[in-house]
Amino acid sequence: MNTKRPVNLDLSKFHFPLPAITSILHRISGIIIFIGVAFMLYGLELSLSGEAGFSQISDLLDSFLAKLITWGILSALLYHLVAGIKHLLMDMGIGEELESGLLAAKATVVVSVILIILAGVWVW
Amino acid sequence: MVSSVTNLGRSGVFDWMVQRVTAYVLALYTVFLIGFTLTTDVDYQTWSGLFSQTWFRIFTLLALVSIGAHAWVGLWTVSTDYIKAAAPRFLFQAVCGLGMFVYLVWGIQILWGL
Repeated sequence: MNTKRPVNLDLSKFHFPLPAITSILHRISGIIIFIGVAFMLYGLELSLSGEAGFSQISDLLDSFLAKLITWGILSALLYHLVAGIKHLLMDMGIGEELESGLLAAKATVVVSVILIILAGVWVW
Repeated sequence: MVSSVTNLGRSGVFDWMVQRVTAYVLALYTVFLIGFTLTTDVDYQTWSGLFSQTWFRIFTLLALVSIGAHAWVGLWTVSTDYIKAAAPRFLFQAVCGLGMFVYLVWGIQILWGL
């Protein structure tokens, strides 16, 4: 057999680099926020409709499901904000090289995980 | 040069700039609201008091308009990346555009409605 034949690449050995994962999470979190705006506007409308509406939304936020949705939207928002600030820093030329880009992606994950945990503590 | 008819500003540079300007507005609005809820004892009085002020209504409407423009550029980018067939892509973009319009009108009604 001709040993110079091209070898099929083992696709299972390929991994997305961290910056690619933070990028796709930025997209996913953006879509979640866009859907989440409907929940936020619903809450805002009820909370501003009067004392009764405000206490109604307060009571609603005591339920586990509502807390979970709130935490989910907050998580997407906080991640999107942190990853977005990284983009704005990259506009200024910070974190554009391979090494600094990887570091910036790591920082994005660490900072947003801390903020998401804090948001969870705040919601519950 | 082939230009798409569905992107926001007919030009990638304009879309890029819109995405950045709206990003700064939305970041400021988010940080302000988080700061408000953390530093204020939020009850109906303080909450409705905040939204009764004209400057904050304007700020909120600015944020809503920014969400629409920001989401259009973002979702347009995502849809052109992943939905290759023209008909479903256009349908997706139409649904997104309708959603943004509904959000905007709904928001105006909340802020200034009777």
